Amino acid sequence: MRENGRNAIVTRGLSLWYGSFQALIDVSIEVKEGQITSLIGPSGCGKTTLLRCFNRVNERYDYVRTSGGIEILGKNIYDSDVSLVELRKAVGMVFQRPNPLPVSVYENVVFGLRIHSKRRELKRSELDTAVEKALTEVGLWKDLKDRLDARATSLQLEQQQKLCIARLLPLKPEVILMDEPCSALDVEGTRAIEEQMFELKGRYTIVIVTHNMSQARRASDESIFMLMGRVVEHAKTEDLFLNPRNPKTLEYIEGRYG
Amino acid sequence: MESVTPPSERFTRTHQVARRERAQTVAKWVFGAMSLAMVLPLVAIIVYLLYKAWPSLGWEFLADIPRKGMREGGIWSAFVGTLYLVGLSLAISAPIGVLAAIYLNEYARESWLNRLINMAVINLAGVPSIVHALFGLGAFVYGARFGFSILSASLTLAIMTLPVIIASTREALSAVPRAFRDACANVGATRWQTIRAVVLPNSISGILTGIILQVSRAAGETAPVMFTGAVFFKAVSRGDLFPYRLGDQCMALSMHLYTVSTQVPNVKESIPYATAVVLLGSVLLVNASAIVLRIWLRGRKKW
Ligand SMILES: Nc1ncnc2c1ncn2[C@@H]1O[C@H](COP(=O)(O)OP(=O)(O)O)[C@@H](O)[C@H]1O
Ligand SMILES: [Mg+2]
Repeated sequence: MRENGRNAIVTRGLSLWYGSFQALIDVSIEVKEGQITSLIGPSGCGKTTLLRCFNRVNERYDYVRTSGGIEILGKNIYDSDVSLVELRKAVGMVFQRPNPLPVSVYENVVFGLRIHSKRRELKRSELDTAVEKALTEVGLWKDLKDRLDARATSLQLEQQQKLCIARLLPLKPEVILMDEPCSALDVEGTRAIEEQMFELKGRYTIVIVTHNMSQARRASDESIFMLMGRVVEHAKTEDLFLNPRNPKTLEYIEGRYG
Repeated sequence: MESVTPPSERFTRTHQVARRERAQTVAKWVFGAMSLAMVLPLVAIIVYLLYKAWPSLGWEFLADIPRKGMREGGIWSAFVGTLYLVGLSLAISAPIGVLAAIYLNEYARESWLNRLINMAVINLAGVPSIVHALFGLGAFVYGARFGFSILSASLTLAIMTLPVIIASTREALSAVPRAFRDACANVGATRWQTIRAVVLPNSISGILTGIILQVSRAAGETAPVMFTGAVFFKAVSRGDLFPYRLGDQCMALSMHLYTVSTQVPNVKESIPYATAVVLLGSVLLVNASAIVLRIWLRGRKKW
């Protein structure tokens, strides 16, 4: 278990601009290793933006500018010797809409391994083991072990989303970022993904963005409430929901806006 | 006071609805007639050509060389010449065009240079072929001293088809969903790995179709080759597959059609028509194969 009170992610005075629009304002948070932390807040408050900072995908837009610092597992990810490839291996992301690649289930899971190893270093048996391990970890192995050649895009949405999580695992990520991973799923699918998160908790640090208050309460250890690009409150989930310190937090969790 | 509608009269047509439905029926027939009116001339052209060309048509016409001052014989020399020109020009423009499109679509960042290139591509695609012809004459025949040759003509055709290939390739590339690229970046794939593993396999049918459609364009254009490397007549032997070298001038179907229709007196009437049939037939064959290829690749497409 990794639950040792260390911080997996630390941001210091993080600000981010899309052109002239400031989407993150002086965000300083600490995310504990091995825990599930949820990011909540009304639509447009910058949750996705913050999440995407952690593996530096925002930089793919050239009109994005950031200031401040982000440390992941003690390393400043803006240091010049940080390789984006290595960073993204360690910090995986699950998107709002499941985005399996248009190849087989098997190839989806081993995609990361193939990308990061020389062709002849990969033995079929190792790949098979990796696939079984990753799919077992997300609870898909029983359902899919006879359909590994099936096209991933033909699976049910819930299975696709689990597959997208499984796809990260062979790379042994430290942090898994989830951006409203259940918003395309029905109640059953949502429950399944949440159970999955509990399974993964401890081995991975998970940051999940959610619109769903009850999901945040059920699933996370700590919660961060954001409003208009700022962090308003960061506390243990039960404290944040039962005794919010900031009146704006209270308004939000009582459903008065957004 | 509004009166209550009795149940039997609910949901029946009012006058207004009936009028709208009539308008809709008229529209349907008018538009249908227009699309028929578009197909008819095409069919008429083909039937008329075949009818006029009939006496000359046959394998012999394709395989034989022009004889008796082009008043008899076949069109082999022109047919092979066109194969050379089209093949060579696409061998030049397709790789350059596809690679440039990949760069522009996948690597280039938004900048004034990128926008400038974009504008250039779009505008170049609209330049009339006679202008390309003149450019080819100045740039390749005289400027680069390639002379009147297959090389000059092919380069000219390549310049002409390049912008269209870039544009169609970019279109095919941008049709690949963003989500696939995100998925790749997210497991630490480089752009090049993403392109190879996901972007190209999913856009190849569109890319190839775009290229193949330029075959028909390159084969049909007359001015660019006439200015730069095609000649009225060139003696080659019957059925010879490799009659020309790069520095030679050659005959070409489009040019030959022009010659036998307007420049040579007393040509057998069916010969120009048969030449047109071969040109049109080759182009249609190539386009049809593009469609088949597209369907086949789509069937294997992975999403
Ligand atoms: N790529 C982008 N370009 C410009 N503005 C953006 C972009 N992405 C998000 N924004 C803006 O940044 C703000 C925060 O967006 P986001 O992080 O997506 O919010 P959330 O995920 O909390 O709904 C919004 O006002 C949004 O309009
Ligand atoms: Mg969002």
